[in-house]
Amino acid sequence: MRVPLLLALFLSACLALPACGDDDPGSAATGGDGGSLTIYSGRDEEYVAPLIKRFEQQNPDVDVKVRYGDSAELAATIREEGDRSPADLFFSQDAGALGALQNEGILAALPRSTLDRVASRYRSDAGDWVGITGRARVLGYDSRAVAQADLPGSVFDLTAPRWKGKVGWAPTNASFQSFVTAMRKTAGEARTRQWLEDMQSNDVRAYEKNSIIRDAVADGEIEAGLINHYYILEGIREGEVDGKDYPVKLHFFPGGDVGSLVNVAGVGLLTSAKQGGNAQKFTEFLLAAPQQEFFAQDVGEYPLVQGVAADPSLPALADIQSPDVDLADLADLQGTLELLQETGAL
Amino acid sequence: MALAVESPPQQIRGRARTPSAPLRLVTAIVALGCALPVAYLLVVITDEPASAWNAIWRPQTLSLLLRSAALAVAVGAGATAIAVPLAWLTARTDLPGRRVWAVVTALPLVIPSYIGAYLLVSALGPRGELQGVLAPLGIAELPSIYGFRGAWLVLTLFTYPLVLLPVRAALLRLDPALEDAARGMGRSNWAVARTVLMPQLIPAVGAGALLAALYALSDFGAVSILRFDSFTRVIYQSYRASFDRTGAAALAALLVLVMLGLLLAEARVRRGRTYHRSTPGSARRLPVVRLGRWRWPSLAFCAAVALLAFVLPLAMLLYWSAQSVAGDVEWAEIARAAGNSLLLAGLAALATTLLAFPVAWLGARSPGRWSTVVDAATTTGYALPGIVVALALVFFGIRAVPVLYQSLAMLVVAMVVLFLPLAAGSARAALLQVSPRLEEAARVSGRSPLAVARTVTIPLARGGVLAGAALVFLATIKELPAVVLLSPIGFDTLPLVIWQETTRSFFESGAVPALVLLAVSAPPLWLLVGRTR
Repeated sequence: MRVPLLLALFLSACLALPACGDDDPGSAATGGDGGSLTIYSGRDEEYVAPLIKRFEQQNPDVDVKVRYGDSAELAATIREEGDRSPADLFFSQDAGALGALQNEGILAALPRSTLDRVASRYRSDAGDWVGITGRARVLGYDSRAVAQADLPGSVFDLTAPRWKGKVGWAPTNASFQSFVTAMRKTAGEARTRQWLEDMQSNDVRAYEKNSIIRDAVADGEIEAGLINHYYILEGIREGEVDGKDYPVKLHFFPGGDVGSLVNVAGVGLLTSAKQGGNAQKFTEFLLAAPQQEFFAQDVGEYPLVQGVAADPSLPALADIQSPDVDLADLADLQGTLELLQETGAL
Repeated sequence: MALAVESPPQQIRGRARTPSAPLRLVTAIVALGCALPVAYLLVVITDEPASAWNAIWRPQTLSLLLRSAALAVAVGAGATAIAVPLAWLTARTDLPGRRVWAVVTALPLVIPSYIGAYLLVSALGPRGELQGVLAPLGIAELPSIYGFRGAWLVLTLFTYPLVLLPVRAALLRLDPALEDAARGMGRSNWAVARTVLMPQLIPAVGAGALLAALYALSDFGAVSILRFDSFTRVIYQSYRASFDRTGAAALAALLVLVMLGLLLAEARVRRGRTYHRSTPGSARRLPVVRLGRWRWPSLAFCAAVALLAFVLPLAMLLYWSAQSVAGDVEWAEIARAAGNSLLLAGLAALATTLLAFPVAWLGARSPGRWSTVVDAATTTGYALPGIVVALALVFFGIRAVPVLYQSLAMLVVAMVVLFLPLAAGSARAALLQVSPRLEEAARVSGRSPLAVARTVTIPLARGGVLAGAALVFLATIKELPAVVLLSPIGFDTLPLVIWQETTRSFFESGAVPALVLLAVSAPPLWLLVGRTR
C-alpha cells in the first residue's frame, strides 16, 4: 500500500519546509548583536517594502521579517498570540487598531523623545503608539464645473440642492467610515443619521473606492466626492498630467469641520517584543527625515515630523483646520456600521 | 423501488454499527483536531461570558440567524437544482459534446467567490457593463443585485459544482442492472429515473448540497461584496470594526448550531438506505438515454449555466488583463506565488484525503452515534469563517507547538481543519456504493481488514477519493484569510497577491494573478472530470 509512503513523504516535506518562507538562505545564521525584527504590517507592501530594504541596508546585521495583512485582523492575531507573539512591532493603517491593542495593555510605552517628534494629537495620550504619517479627508471637486465661491463651508452643506446627484462617496471604505465615526463623536448620533439620510435623498452616488470617485470626478460624471487627499496626487501621477491641468482639486473644509478629519498610520511596540531594541530603532527610522520624505513624495501622505514638508501642492498640515477628535475613539466603528446600514447607505 | 432501497439484512447492519477500536481511535484524533475552533470559541466565550451574552441577546440576532440559515438552504437547493440535471445530461445522455460540457460545467469551481462576486457586480450591477451596453436603449440603471438575491445567485453559481461532481460520479458508478430490471418491468424512462436513479443519488446529492449550504454559511467574499448581512459578514465586522473578539466568538458559536441543524437534516435524508450494487457483478456499459426533442433545450441549459458561471467571469478577467499594462505585471512575484500555491494545495490535498478516509469509512460502514459526532466535529471548520479557524489555530498553535507556529506544516493543518468535509463527503459517497458483501467475501477468504481495504474497497472507491482530493486542492488554492495569518512570513500565495493588488489600487490590477490562479487550478480539475468518461 502506498499510503504509508505518501504519509512519510508528506511529513518529511512539512518538516523540511517550515523555513521556506525565508528568502535569505543565510538568515538562520544571522546572530550576533544584530538579531532580527518581526513586523506585522497593516500597510501595503508597496509602501513598506522599499523602506524595509533601506533599513536593512543601514542595519545589515538585522534580519527583518514582515507579515502583511489587514490592520484589524493583525491586531486580533496579536491579541490571540498574547505574550508569545513573534511580532516586535505593529505598523497599522489607522489609529483604531492601535487604540484597540493599547486598551488590551499589549503595547509598550514609547520613550518621550520619540513621542515628542509628533504633535500630541497624532499620538497616543498614554504614549503607547505614535503616528507616522497623516491623511486628510477632503472634497475632491471638478474645477471646471465648480467655482471657488460655490465650495461648501461644511460637509453638512452637501445636502443642499446645488449638489443634488453631483456628489460621490464610498460607504464601504474604511477611511469614510472613520470619518462618519468622527461625525458621530462630534455632531452626535441624531445629526449624523440626518446627514446620512439627507445625502441619500440628495442622490449621493455610491462608489466602491476613493480612486474610483476621483476618476468619476475627473471624467465629469460627478462634480465632487469625499475622498482622502493623496488620491489626487496619485491621479496626477497616473495620468501623467501637470498638477495645474488636472481637473480635480482639493477642498479642505474650514473651521474644524469634521469633513477635514486627519487620521494617521502609526506604529506600536509590543510589550512582549524580543527585539525591542530593533523595534525602537525602526520606529526612529520611520520618523527620520528621509523616510518621512518618502511618504510625503512617493505616497503623497502628510509627514508628521516637524521640519519635513508635505507635497508642495498641498496646504501645510498645520493649516488644515481639522476637527478635535481623539483618534483612539475612532476604534468604535460598530455603531457607525449599524448607522450606515440602518440608513441604507451600506 | 424495492430494488434499490431495501433494508440491508439485519446481521450486516448489526455488525456494521460498531466501529473497530483502531478506527475509533483514529477518527477520535481527527475529530478532536478538527474541533479546535469550537474549543477556541468556548475559551473566548467563557473568558467574558457576560459580554458574549450581550452580543447574542439582541433583537437582530434572530433575524441574522434566520437570514443566514435561509441563504444556506437556498444555496443548497439552488445548487442541487442546477447540478442534478447537468450531472445527468453529461453522464447518461446523448447530449452533443457531453464530455466537453462535463468539463466546462465543472469549471466555476476554480473561481473564488470573492472574484466571482466582484465580476458579477461589475457585469450585472446597477451601473455595470451590461447597463453600459443597454444604455442606448434608455436604461439608466439595472435593478440592484445587492442583498439576498445577489448573494444567493453568486454562491449558487460558484458552489453548484460541489453537487455536480459527486452526483455525476455516482451516476457513472451506478449498477445498470437495476435500471435494466426496472425497464424490463415496463417502466418509462421518467419512472426509472424517479424510482431507481434518484434514491441511489441521495447520498451524493445530500453530501454535495450540504457542502454548498455550509460554504454559503462560511463565505465572506461574496456576501461582503454583495452587501448581504450573513453571520460571517457580521463576525468579520466584529473583528474589523469593533475589535470585539467575544462578540465575534458568540456569533460564531451560534453559527455552529446552524451547521449542526443542516447536518442533522442531511443525515436524516440519508439514514437507513443502502446504495451499493445489488449483485457483485462487474461494471457494465451504462445505458445512454436519447434526448430527442429535448436535445436543444438541454444544450441551452448547459450553455446558460456555463456562460454565467464561467465564460462571463473569464471574459471580464481577460478584458482587464489586457488593459493592465504589460510592464506593470510582476511576473516573478506571480510565478513564485503560483509555486507556493501549488505546493500548499498539493500538501493540503494529500493530508486532508488521508485523514478524511477513516472518517468517510466510519460514516459509510458504521453509521451510528459515534459517526454522527465525528461528522459534526470534522465539519465545523468548513462551516466557520476562515478568520475564526485561523485565530483558533493562532491561539492553540502558539501555545501548544510554538516550534511549528506559522510554519508550512501548521498552515497545512489549518487547511485540513477547513476542508476535511470536502474529502470525507466525496469518499463516503463512493464507499457507500461499494457493497460490504464484497468486503465480507474477502474477509471470509482470510484477508486482514487492512488488506481488504487495500485490495477491494480502495480500488472500487478510488474515483470518489481522488475527487475529494481534487476538491480540497481547489479549495486550498483559493483560500485567503487563514493564509494571511498562518503562512510562513514571505510565503505569498496567489490569493495573497490578488488581495494585495486589489487593495493597493483597482480590482482590475488583480486580474492577471487571478487568471494565473484559474490556470493552475485547471490540471486537477481536468483530473477530476476529464478522467471519468
